Amino acid sequence: MAQALAWMAADPDARLLAGGQTLMPMLAMRLVRPSKLIDIARIPGLDRLEIAADRVELGATLRQVAVERSAALAEAVPLLAKAIRFVGHPPTRRRGTVGGSLANADPAAELALVAVTLGAELLLHDGSAVAAVDFFLAPMTTALPEGAMLTGLRIARQSAPRRGTGFREVAMRAGDYALASAACEVTLDAAGRCASLRLGIGGATPVPTLLPLAALLGTSLTEAKPAIAAALAPLEMMSDGNAGAAYRRRAAQALAEQVLADALAEAMRCN
Amino acid sequence: MQLTLHVNGADHAIDVDDRTSLLDALRDTLGLKGTHAGCEHGVCGTCTVLLNGEPVRSCLMLAAQAEGEVVTTIEGVTPAPGELSVVQDSFVETHGMQCGYCTPGMVLTAHALLRANPAPSRAEIVEAISGNLCRCTGYGQIVEAIELAAQRLARSNTP
Repeated sequence: MAQALAWMAADPDARLLAGGQTLMPMLAMRLVRPSKLIDIARIPGLDRLEIAADRVELGATLRQVAVERSAALAEAVPLLAKAIRFVGHPPTRRRGTVGGSLANADPAAELALVAVTLGAELLLHDGSAVAAVDFFLAPMTTALPEGAMLTGLRIARQSAPRRGTGFREVAMRAGDYALASAACEVTLDAAGRCASLRLGIGGATPVPTLLPLAALLGTSLTEAKPAIAAALAPLEMMSDGNAGAAYRRRAAQALAEQVLADALAEAMRCN
Repeated sequence: MQLTLHVNGADHAIDVDDRTSLLDALRDTLGLKGTHAGCEHGVCGTCTVLLNGEPVRSCLMLAAQAEGEVVTTIEGVTPAPGELSVVQDSFVETHGMQCGYCTPGMVLTAHALLRANPAPSRAEIVEAISGNLCRCTGYGQIVEAIELAAQRLARSNTP
């Protein structure tokens, strides 16, 4: 890793190559012409997967397929297990990495949405950490400083016994870029009222965005529609050839309601 | 750049430009033209090869990244020269191919699927080939081919 950082410091036009599932197409289409490619996939330990009692840590070069196949990780962070199956297709998940997807900061990236929704932290080579909500600044733009390397993702484990999660998206076809996506984790108290709620929107907005839904805490979550609409109202929705802003707003609203219902139903089954 | 690639059971010492894709190294340097070059930016899946037994897009890898890995191309799945694998036979019998362009990627993907999951459901087959485009709209027969291959492989070692 020291060698990779030194190469980056010596040459501002050098680019890190992780799984290559976005950078390689960009090279093929001559959208980028980096002076050097620094393959970080073989840096020892950078592909770690640590599952501790209070948190999980995913190394930057951990392949997406390793996330998909870890039963222990699915139990620790169920939302991640639901989201990972929407990331590209099986062959791209075989090569694609956790850190590559996060650093690329595509607005439609499922892993970025999960990171923001769960209040995860992005770990940097110097030992510092950046909250996911502060990391994604704009499409394909992050708070990663020049010359820095993203080394991992840290997610705190939710310990509440009555917990449910939901993840959905709409895309032109399965595995394509999400036009809109939504992720949710909810916990309930003993009386079945909402104890905590995190609901994020991706794909539709320029960066994954956590909806402010504190008004729903303590409620039964059955009347969430107006609160979701109010939270979405001030958000800028993207518009492109595949879907306009109005479509994305409607899709975000519908998906948010659905993932909340999914998460609530799952939490109510826990006893 | 001097590299050794392990392809279809043999080591090949090659000399390629640093940024040569695995796809180009297979086709142009090793002459393995069965791996098709389609979109060349990771969308169509026809350049699929197996890396350590699992499907990856060879256009989205540099040849250098495949060093030390086990690469299998469509030329490497036949049991003997002039013969077809059970999966290839099934594609022929069910008309799981028309123009043949997507076929190497589909066949390799099917091989990997059936090794990991000998009795896949229709949904699992569809998920497995979801990254491989067929523009002859032959998906129906392709799914049928993989189902047929699964049945045959299941019976292949029973009396």
